[in-house]
Amino acid sequence: MTSVAERPATRGFIGLPVDRVDGRAKVTGEARYAADTAIDAPLHAVIVQSTIASGRITEIDESAARAVPGVVEILTYRNAPRVPVLPFDFTAPVSEQLAPLQGPEIKYDGQHVAAVVGTTFEAAREGAALLRIRYESATAEFDAEAAREIEYPEQWFGHEAQTRRGDPETAYARSEVRLDATYVTPIENHNPLEPSVTVAEWRDGDLIVHDSTQWVRGTRAALAKHFDLDEERVHVIAPFLGGGFGCKGFFWPHAAIAAMAAKLTNRPVKLVLTREQMFTSVGHRMETRQRLRIGASRDGRLTALLHDTLGAASRVSTFVEAAGGVSEMLYDVPNVAVSHRLARLDVPSATAMRAPGEAPGSFALESALDELAYACGVDPLEILRRNYAAVDPSNGKRFSSKHLLACYERGAEAFGWSDRPRAPRAMRDGDELIGWGVATATYPALRSPAEARVTLAADGTVDVASATHDLGTGMYTILAQIAADALGVEPDAVRVRIGDSSFPNAPVAGGSMSSASVGPAVQDAAQRARREAIRIATSSAGSPLHGMREEDVETSGGAVRAKGEPSRAIAYGELVRLRGDGAIEALGSAAPDGEEKYSFHSFGAQFVEVRFDEDLARLRVSRALGVFDCGRILNPKTARSQMIGGITWGIGMALLEETVRDPRYGAVVTNNLADYHVPVNADIPNVEVEFVEEPDYALNPLGARGIGEIGITGVAAAIANAVFHATGVRVRDLPIVPEKLLGAPAS
Amino acid sequence: MRGFEYVVADSPAAARALAGEVEGARFYAGGTTLVDLMKSDVERPRRVVDISRLPLSAIELRGEVVRIGALARNSDVAYDATVAERFPAVSEALLSGASGQIRNAATIGGNLLQRTRCTYFRETRWRCNKREPGSGCDALDGFNRGHAILGTSDACIATYPGDLAVALCALDAQVVIDGDGGERTIPIEALYVQPGERPDRETSLAPGELIVAVELRAEPLYTRSHYLKIRDRASFEFALASVACAVAVDGGRIVGARLALGGVATVPWRAREAEAALAGAAPGEEAFRRAAELALAGARTREHNAYKVELAKRAVVRALRTVCGGAA
Repeated sequence: MTSVAERPATRGFIGLPVDRVDGRAKVTGEARYAADTAIDAPLHAVIVQSTIASGRITEIDESAARAVPGVVEILTYRNAPRVPVLPFDFTAPVSEQLAPLQGPEIKYDGQHVAAVVGTTFEAAREGAALLRIRYESATAEFDAEAAREIEYPEQWFGHEAQTRRGDPETAYARSEVRLDATYVTPIENHNPLEPSVTVAEWRDGDLIVHDSTQWVRGTRAALAKHFDLDEERVHVIAPFLGGGFGCKGFFWPHAAIAAMAAKLTNRPVKLVLTREQMFTSVGHRMETRQRLRIGASRDGRLTALLHDTLGAASRVSTFVEAAGGVSEMLYDVPNVAVSHRLARLDVPSATAMRAPGEAPGSFALESALDELAYACGVDPLEILRRNYAAVDPSNGKRFSSKHLLACYERGAEAFGWSDRPRAPRAMRDGDELIGWGVATATYPALRSPAEARVTLAADGTVDVASATHDLGTGMYTILAQIAADALGVEPDAVRVRIGDSSFPNAPVAGGSMSSASVGPAVQDAAQRARREAIRIATSSAGSPLHGMREEDVETSGGAVRAKGEPSRAIAYGELVRLRGDGAIEALGSAAPDGEEKYSFHSFGAQFVEVRFDEDLARLRVSRALGVFDCGRILNPKTARSQMIGGITWGIGMALLEETVRDPRYGAVVTNNLADYHVPVNADIPNVEVEFVEEPDYALNPLGARGIGEIGITGVAAAIANAVFHATGVRVRDLPIVPEKLLGAPAS
Repeated sequence: MRGFEYVVADSPAAARALAGEVEGARFYAGGTTLVDLMKSDVERPRRVVDISRLPLSAIELRGEVVRIGALARNSDVAYDATVAERFPAVSEALLSGASGQIRNAATIGGNLLQRTRCTYFRETRWRCNKREPGSGCDALDGFNRGHAILGTSDACIATYPGDLAVALCALDAQVVIDGDGGERTIPIEALYVQPGERPDRETSLAPGELIVAVELRAEPLYTRSHYLKIRDRASFEFALASVACAVAVDGGRIVGARLALGGVATVPWRAREAEAALAGAAPGEEAFRRAAELALAGARTREHNAYKVELAKRAVVRALRTVCGGAA
C-alpha cells in the first residue's frame, strides 16, 4: 500500500537519532521524581493493607502504633475524610469502585485499610507494623474456572466485547482442519523501577499533588471528584516517571489516601507504596484462559476463528483484558466469534499493562497459528502470509498504511528463516537443542485530542508546554525535535515542559498514543508561532524583511530569512522584541480524524531463536529480531530503545514472569523482585530491531504512529513456537518454566 | 522495621560481649540478609552489633590450609587466585550467587548464615514455625515450588538458599567459631541443623558465638571441583537445584568423590552414600546416574516441588560429567 495523504515538506530534525534531552538531568540526579519533591516538613504516610480477602474489619487497636514516637495520625475508615464511590470514565479514570477507608468491608487481600502518618518515614513504618487489626472472614473465591459469578461485559474502552461475523460455529464444524486449544496467561505485574508515589498538600483549599502518574489531567479530574472541587483547584505535577507501563495510567486509591491524610493533618503528606504493595495496589495484567477454535482448509487458509477469553477480575473494577481483539482484525477470516467473560473473584483489580489485550491475545492466537501450521504441514511463516488481511476484516475498511508483508520478508531474510528445518528437534549444538519461532506483532494506532503551547521568547529560546508525560520513553526529546523542525531552530534551543495539569490538555500516556496525539499538536502550535513570526517579520517597519511576501521567506537557524538570500534575516528573538508586546505564543491542537475511512494499526514480525539444554531443562533466548511497521520513526534511537524494551518484556512474559497468589488465602506470595522474576541482562540476547519506515500521513501530518507497546506483542508466542521447534513440546501456559519442559525422567 | 540500638564493636571479644548483653542481638557485617529481614519485620533485634570493621577479612594460605576471614567479601574470595585455582567450586558458587553489588557487600561469615527465601517465613502475616515456633507452617500446603525435598520435617520445608555453603560442604571446609571457651573449629556440616520439630534452630552456634573464619585444606581432589546451578533466570536468582562436586580419577577408576546439593534441602546437603558409590566406579553415565539416585533417595515432595527430584538428579549427572571431563 502507498501513503494516502500528500507528503508535507520535511525539514531537518525529525527522524534524527537525537540524544535524550533529559538524559543529563537523569544521570546527574537533577531530574526530580515525585518522591524527590522538595517540600517543607512533610509527614510520611505508610499504608496498611488487609490480610483477608473477603469479610470485614471487626477491631482496630491503635494503641501500640500511636505510642511510637513521631506517629501523629492513623487514618482508618473510622476517621478518614468522606469520599464517594466513583465510576470509571474517560475523563476521571477511577480504577476501583471502592472508595478508600470508607467502611469496614474487605473486597480483596491487599486492600488499603489504614494509613499511619508520622513525622519520619521510619516512625510511620514502625507504627504500621504495630497497628493491630482484627477481621471476620467471609468465604472467598480465587479460582476463575470455578467462579459463581461470570459476567459478559458489553464493552472495553468503547469497543464491543462480544462480536461475531459470518457463521463461525458452522464454518468451524465443516472445516477440513480443526484446532481446539486453550492458552493460559498468568497474573503479571508492571514492576516499574519507581513505585507509585503521591505527595499531597492543601493550600487555601487548593490541592497540589506531585504524583507518579501517566495522566496528570485524569488524576486531576479524579481528585477533584473525590474532594468535590473544581478541577482548576487541583494541580497535578509529574515531570518524570521511572516507568509506568500502565500501572500509573489510571487513578488508584493510594493517591486519594495521601490527599485525605494531608487534609486530616493539615500538613503536606508523602506516600510511597512499597514494592510489596505495588503487587496489589495499582493493578496487574489479568490472568486469562483463552480457548481458541480454529478451522482451516488443508493448505492452512483460515475459515473460522472462535476466541473465548475468561479473565479473572475483581469485584470492584470494570476493566476487561480484551485478549480477543486481535482475532477480529489480524487475519483474513470470514467467520469469527470473539467473546470475553469475567470471573468475579475476591482479588485485587486488574488494569492495562503494556499492550493490554494484544500481549496475552497474541500469545494465544500466534501459538494457535503455529500449531495449525504443523497440522497442515505448512511453514509457520508461510501460514501467516497466507492469511494476510489486505483490508481490516473486522470492518471492511482499508488500513491507512500497512506493510506487514515487508516486515515478514525483511525479517525472514535477516534472520535466515529459509534455512529452518521444518521438523522439531532438528537443530542441535552440543547439549543444546535449537529452535526458531515467528509471530506477528500488532497494536492499534490510537489517538486522542491534544493541545500544546509554543512560546518564542526574546532570548531566542522556544518553550513547549503540554500536559503530556515522559515515562522514560523519550517524549521530551521528540517534542523538542518536532518543535525545532517546524520552527527551524536547533533542538537544544527548545525547552519542553510537560507533566503538569495546568498545561494545555493531553491524553493519558497509554495506548501508545502520545506521539501520534501530542506530536501533531506541538507541530501545529509551532507552525502557528512560525506563521506569526513571519507575519511580524514581513509587516514590521524595523524588519529587514519588511514588505516581502510571506511565501518569499523561510525559517532556519532560529531566524526568518529571505529565500535565496539567507543573510537577509531576522532572528526570532529580535522579532519578539520588535513586536514589543511580550512573547510570541501560539496554542496548537490535533484531534483524531479519518476513522470513517481507515483502520489504523501498526504491525511487525517477531523472530526468535531459543536454546534448550534438555538434561537441565534450561531454556534461554539466544537471538531476537523484530521488524516493525510503525509509520515514520521520529527518533530512531529512542524508538529502538522502546522496541528492545518491549521485546525484553516479551521474553520475561514468556519465560519468567508470574504473580502467584496463595490458592487458599488469595494473597500474593511472589510480591518482591526476588520471587517475581523479571529478566536480567544475562537473560537478554542481542536484540535486533528494524523499521519498515513508511509514513502514515492519514493518521497525522507527522506520519508517525505510536511505538510504546507493539514491541511486546507476539514475542511470547514466537518463543513458545521456538520452544516447540526445539523440543517438540507445546507449552500453552505461561511462563515456560523448567518443570514444564522436564519431560519424562532421563533413562 | 522496629527501632533498635546500633553499636560498633572494635574486637571480636567486644562484639560478643556487646551481643551477650541483650537477648536477640544480631551481628551486622554486610547486612544483605539482616537488613532486608528487619525491614520486613521478620528480624526485630533490639541491638545490632556492627562487626564490619573487625580485622577478619584476610585470605591467607597457612601451609596447606587456606583461611578465609569471616568478613572477607564474597567477591574478593571469588576472585582470589588461590581459591579460584585450588577450590574452583567455591569460586563458581560465589559468582553464581546474587549480583555484583550484593557480592561486594556480602561477607563469607554472613553468607553462611543467610536465611531461607521461604515466602511464608519472610512475611509476618503467615504461619511459620521457623519465625514463631509452634505457629504452624503455611508452606506445607501453599506455593512451595522452591521448597526443600531433603531434610524436611512436618514442621518446616524451607530451603537453605545459599550457594557458597554447598561448595564448602563438598570440599570438607571447617568453620572457626569464637566463643566463651575461645576458638573452636567444626566441620561446616556440623554448623547446620535440620529443622525437625524446631526449625527456628538453624545452626549449632550458641548465643553470642561469632564465626571468625572458614578453612579449606588444599587437597588435590578439590582442584577438580565444580559448582552447577540451575535456576529460572540466567543470573541474580536462587537455585532450583545446585550441585557441588569434586572427583579424582586414577587408572580409569574414581578414587575420590565429593558431592553436595543445594536448592533442594533444608541445609547444605552432603550426599555421602552417593560419594561411596562413586568410589571405585568407572566414571560414566551409569555411575553418575546411580550416584544421583542415591543422592535423592530420601526425597519427600509436596504439591509444587516434585520436579526437583528429577531436576536435581540430572544436575548431579551433568556436574559429575563436567568435572570428569574427558575421563568420563
